[in-house]
Amino acid sequence: MSETKKTNIILFSGDYDKAMAAYIIANGAAAYDHEVTIFHTFWGLNALRKDEQVTVKKNFLEKMFGRMMPRGADKMGISKMNYAGFGPKMIKNVMKKHNAMPLPDLIDMAQEQDVNLVACTMTMDLLGLQKDELLDEIEYAGVAAYLGDAEDGNVNLFI
Amino acid sequence: MNVSKVLDAKGLACPMPIVKTKKAIKDVESGEVLEIHATDQGAKSDLTAWAKSGGHELLQHEEDNGVFKFWIQKG
Repeated sequence: MSETKKTNIILFSGDYDKAMAAYIIANGAAAYDHEVTIFHTFWGLNALRKDEQVTVKKNFLEKMFGRMMPRGADKMGISKMNYAGFGPKMIKNVMKKHNAMPLPDLIDMAQEQDVNLVACTMTMDLLGLQKDELLDEIEYAGVAAYLGDAEDGNVNLFI
Repeated sequence: MNVSKVLDAKGLACPMPIVKTKKAIKDVESGEVLEIHATDQGAKSDLTAWAKSGGHELLQHEEDNGVFKFWIQKG
């Protein structure tokens, strides 16, 4: 076998379905023995949020953002037919029927397969998200780290 | 055919058959054969591509009553 190939995914979207696509590709690429990295930026950071409330010091705007954004992968809405939260319930039901893995399980699986989960620190500041609010064992980086991986990446996706 | 290990991936949806196959192939030695059972319609394309990329050989595949069976020889 040749040297390790790299897959890099930027997860910008905070939609449940789009994040699912990103994590399915990431898990597939890990099964291909690729070195896989998912960079979470903007709304995609919500996929890394812990589902419990974490007490951290925030200003008013940051608190508002924190309250309005989904707390964790399972609370994310879907990109089409969200219907004020009814859509995700329907789709999760259908997924169960077809044995598709829910997003939180896909994230666990990705961590188990040593996929590098990276949070973009600049957008964390913008959205007022702090390290304590995000999953443990993730990395923090910026655009240069992404480009460093991307320039010798074999698969690069923006979702 | 001399099968060293059988993986039951029936009922699992994408990407699980390929993730499980990757884990299972670690348990067999180079040259040995892994048998996989799956019900995912995409399994044939997925496993064919995966085996090729990883340097393994898909020796044979067949469909039996909605169950896809594959025999992959580890490279």
